[in-house]
Amino acid sequence: MVTQVADLKCDFSQLSPIPLEAHFHCKAGEMLAVVGPSGGGKTTLLRMIAGLSRPQSGKVTYGDHVWFDSQQKIHQTPQQRHIGYVPQHFGLFPHLTAMQNVMAGLDHVPKSQRKQRALAWLERVNLDGLPDRLPAHLSGGQRQRVALARALAREPSVLLLDEPFSAVDRETRERLYIELARLKSQLAIPVIMVTHDIHEAQLLADRMILISQGQMLQQGRPFEVMSHPRNEAVARQMGLRNIFDATVVSQEEGREMTWLTFGHNQIATENAPKMSVGQQIRWVIPNQGIRFNAITSGRLCKSINKLDVEIESLLVMGEMVRVIARIAGVEQVINADIPLHLCHKLALQQGQKTTLALKSDQIHILQA
Amino acid sequence: MDWQAMWLSVKLSSVTVLLLIPLALIVGRALAYRQFKGKSWVEALIMVPLVLPPTVVGYYLLVGMGNQSWLGQWVEQLTGQQLVFHFSGLVIASILVNIPFAVQPIQRAFETIPKDVRDAAACCGMSRFTLFFKVELPMVWPGVLTALVLCFSHVLGEFGVVLMLGGNIAGETKTISIAIYDSVQAFDFDGAGTMSLVLLLFAISALALTTSLSRRLGGHLGHSSR
Repeated sequence: MVTQVADLKCDFSQLSPIPLEAHFHCKAGEMLAVVGPSGGGKTTLLRMIAGLSRPQSGKVTYGDHVWFDSQQKIHQTPQQRHIGYVPQHFGLFPHLTAMQNVMAGLDHVPKSQRKQRALAWLERVNLDGLPDRLPAHLSGGQRQRVALARALAREPSVLLLDEPFSAVDRETRERLYIELARLKSQLAIPVIMVTHDIHEAQLLADRMILISQGQMLQQGRPFEVMSHPRNEAVARQMGLRNIFDATVVSQEEGREMTWLTFGHNQIATENAPKMSVGQQIRWVIPNQGIRFNAITSGRLCKSINKLDVEIESLLVMGEMVRVIARIAGVEQVINADIPLHLCHKLALQQGQKTTLALKSDQIHILQA
Repeated sequence: MDWQAMWLSVKLSSVTVLLLIPLALIVGRALAYRQFKGKSWVEALIMVPLVLPPTVVGYYLLVGMGNQSWLGQWVEQLTGQQLVFHFSGLVIASILVNIPFAVQPIQRAFETIPKDVRDAAACCGMSRFTLFFKVELPMVWPGVLTALVLCFSHVLGEFGVVLMLGGNIAGETKTISIAIYDSVQAFDFDGAGTMSLVLLLFAISALALTTSLSRRLGGHLGHSSR
């Protein structure tokens, strides 16, 4: 049984059965999101941390404890690692009630205390009143919470969550986000959550690693990764669509402002790395860096980085509108999601010529 | 109605099932979860009794367990008993012939246990022993029940192999199926009819019971963990 919390450090390297190269750590009390497309190796990574599968080479340490070391031929079983694991489909034992499921994870507790402990955990995840239900008679969200209670009741060294919200409906998911965020603040252990949804990582995680085709593309705080993707592959994985070419015109060292030529437009970006004049670069801007201005309504854009555009299409998606606009002087389009009410307020219409502004601190230059 | 033959058949079925089901649990589980070289050959070998005519199986068993075979000689030296034309020979034959009926449903049942469930059990600290008895066995129970009923009924009605290997010794190898054949040969159609009816009713009841129990068990196991 684990008596004190520690940091988790993982180094994995293998070529088969699926290639995987990942090196990261997760501090106690921190939630790390492992983000990436399906089939990218996220679940494999989680199973390796759990001890359910063995990497070809690498090392996993939890504080001073070595869980896995390919060189020293150390491989601790999941039982020895004492982890809490919530699989994608929850892995509840279908023939056991909710309470018995939670009790199944309490092998480290004296038998006489197990029932009481299980009931307390069910209450903690708002499932009091349902201890005698079989999983088949629980909703998706309730099952997820039983699985979470079972994992947490073990007082695990590390909590591993594999796509914890993928098997529940949207409404339940929203509720579970809040519950997990609340629980997270009470936990002092490393929590690793696998998800393909960048939104979930931004909402819940302190840090994230981005994995695609077994390769770790970038790690950092979700906001940082989103606003400062290391390269084009990361930007595309993060769902960023506005990636363009430009040429460096000048770089002001004092103000750290860099000027770029983009078509016949000149745009400025802050905090760019040192670059030479005339250098060809690729840059990206996230949605929050784009502001639409409506010339027709008499609002003049005062900001720098103005681009003249013609709106090609407006697609209403619930409360948001996806605007696709062709940039004047550049044979490219820019995508932006803006709130529906703002679209009405600015009276944006298909075929309309207008101006948009790019926030200079949001323009990020990608590494080649 | 030949009660002695009936009793012998029930005894043979019970002993076969009692020995075969634990074996099938081990083999079925290994085939469901383990990957090894020649697995498809092992699976094919297990299925052989399904496609071979019972007389062919009986012939090979007769040759393999007879007085001239090393197995037959070894058993006779050890116990002073012959395997052929003896109840013990029938038990061995019944086990071999019924392997596919026992292994198949159990293997399929193990395969339906989601990986998530087994992973979660390991992460709950369960040992392999606890995992098997507390999680897997309750979940494969419908498959075990199906295997049990199939094997029991199949042994009860087994004719070709029993006749080839055991002959027709009253109280030793004369099972109910042989007794029915004997009655027909002796123009005792009333006796044959009664015994056939008993077997028919048993078959229908056993299948109805299996279906109902499987549904009930399957219902509460449900798709809950999916």
